[in-house]
Amino acid sequence: MAAGIGAGYLLRRRPLRYLGKVISLLIWILLFLLGVEVGGDERIVKGIASLGLEAVVITFAGVCGCGVLALILWKLVKGKKGGEPNEG
Amino acid sequence: MKGSLIIVGFFVLGIIFGLAGWLNVDSFSFDISFIALALLMFCVGIGVGSDFSALKSLKSQKAGLLLLPLVTIIGTLGGCALVSLFIPGRSMSDVLAVGSGFGYYSLSSIFITEYRGAELGTVALLANISREIVTLLGAPILYKLFGPLAPISSGGATSMDTTLPIITSISGKEFVVLSIYHGFVVDFSVPFLVTFFCSL
Repeated sequence: MAAGIGAGYLLRRRPLRYLGKVISLLIWILLFLLGVEVGGDERIVKGIASLGLEAVVITFAGVCGCGVLALILWKLVKGKKGGEPNEG
Repeated sequence: MKGSLIIVGFFVLGIIFGLAGWLNVDSFSFDISFIALALLMFCVGIGVGSDFSALKSLKSQKAGLLLLPLVTIIGTLGGCALVSLFIPGRSMSDVLAVGSGFGYYSLSSIFITEYRGAELGTVALLANISREIVTLLGAPILYKLFGPLAPISSGGATSMDTTLPIITSISGKEFVVLSIYHGFVVDFSVPFLVTFFCSL
């Protein structure tokens, strides 16, 4: 990744039209392979429902956590600026 | 949304291949996925290295709001740490690694698969996809409960692309730049945080 940042910095003046496509292609390959591994593992196939539940619980916890902090930050910023940004 | 469907499609296609036994992962795919992962990191690095200018254009933002990415990261990890106490069979670092995907499901699930195995990788994929879906569907509720910054924060790394339209329509147009900046910073933190929690 460090090599990539360096390369990107050097190439920053060139249009990187293919980069997004290459990244998506690699992601597709890797997720396909993850799927193959999941499908080939009986333990995971049997437990997919509980894994899904676990995933949803983690997501809700994360979203609530950042929601509470986002509200605090908003109150702080708005308090200081006297409610300057109008609410949509 | 179309991009997410394609990605889920590839994952499901892989599951079908695995179930049918058409491909045996153990025989070769470790090397393939490692090479693909290294290439992916290289490409992500190119993207980051060539896009520093996106950050420079943000100096006009109100100083306090620039802390929003940090708020997202701390809030998410705090919530995950708390809930990890109630999930049997998972260590706190497992749950934190899943949480620090911030909706960037492709990259985080690939990393976690590589470091912690396919089971947690699947949890990461589902958790981070559902984070995007929760943001898309729940943005109005989040706005009501937690104010205009919450949909951005909830969007995590996706607040600069897939969830940007809904954020703009719910929180208001004046939050577009903040949302893109937020997505960029959180997105940038994903590879570092995920590998950090996997190494614990």
